[in-house]
Amino acid sequence: MIIAEGKPIKEILAMIEAYDKIIVAGCKGCVTVCSTGGEKEVGILASALRLARQAQGKPLETKEITLERQCDTEYLEPMREIVDAYPAILSLACGAGIQFLAEKFRKHPLLPGVDTQFIGVTEEQGVWTERCQACGNCVLDRTGGICPVARCSKSLFNGPCGGSKGGKCEIDSQVDCGWQLIYDRLKELGQLDKLEIILPVKDWSKNRDGGPRKRVREDLKI
Amino acid sequence: MEKFEPIVIAFCCHYCAYTAADLAGTMRLQYPYNVRIIRLPCTGKVDIRHLLEVFEKGADGAYVAGCLEGDCHFLKGNFRAKKRVALAKQILEDAGIGGERLEMYNMSAAMGPRFAEVAREMTEKIRKLGPSPIKKNAERKAHSAERKEEQTAEHITQKV
Repeated sequence: MIIAEGKPIKEILAMIEAYDKIIVAGCKGCVTVCSTGGEKEVGILASALRLARQAQGKPLETKEITLERQCDTEYLEPMREIVDAYPAILSLACGAGIQFLAEKFRKHPLLPGVDTQFIGVTEEQGVWTERCQACGNCVLDRTGGICPVARCSKSLFNGPCGGSKGGKCEIDSQVDCGWQLIYDRLKELGQLDKLEIILPVKDWSKNRDGGPRKRVREDLKI
Repeated sequence: MEKFEPIVIAFCCHYCAYTAADLAGTMRLQYPYNVRIIRLPCTGKVDIRHLLEVFEKGADGAYVAGCLEGDCHFLKGNFRAKKRVALAKQILEDAGIGGERLEMYNMSAAMGPRFAEVAREMTEKIRKLGPSPIKKNAERKAHSAERKEEQTAEHITQKV
């Protein structure tokens, strides 16, 4: 899922300074699962903003709404019914959801309530870690299911580098060396011979280097 | 100016602080009437939204009173509440209300005197801090509206 982190309240307050009422829009997708932009977080943030503005003597009216997903047109309908009564939308969805709202509600300034961080997993309750960088050309079959692009700090394809010490990365002693993980996993699987296969040069054009990406499935188009 | 009487909300666990409040009553202990109790099945039930809402509704202070650490009827409820109170304090601080207006206490059902002591301690603390900034603004506004009305009345009288 996409992991995001709530922006500091002071930053959001500065963003909404010009408005006396706003919509606080959450998303029931990834940001709900990573406890950043779901119904509950929308309630907490809206309450905090109202309190802060009351304390400043400039009361704020908030409309709380949490859409099924902000990245799908059909789920934006509940928003259409209320949007005209408010001058701006503060979205707690990931960057994709916020941009999609901006495209669909062209008269409204869209303000981000979160910083979108990475594609990751819930390692334990309250702990999320990065697993994928959406490089567009998966090599996990050859690296024991551990991604050298996302898990190696340098995204090396021929690691580990000289900065790997005791299975940890030189950038931070708490960060595992991605290539150590790959080696250990392949050893477990009895597939160390895979390390001897010379990988062809990776096609980075499928990554962000090729510009904004688009996927079309003609069979699904209406 | 009238003497400020704070409104303090106490979120009390049914198995400890609420029973301690009952005991305080049975022991005929005096504690400030400023404290309004909300009974919870466990402090683990308290949500950050509840903690913020009381301030929106006009409370000047609030506290969560749960079982002694390690004695929670539901094992970890009071630890969960402790973490939520810590986050809510941070939010209140960022919002300009003041994190010190919210606290977490632990006590057992047998600690009636402690319940009364906490109620006094928290009420006095909030009394010293003064009304919640929300109320201060509301009062200022009401005061300036009153003055405006007075001035308009004076102006009209002068004209007449």
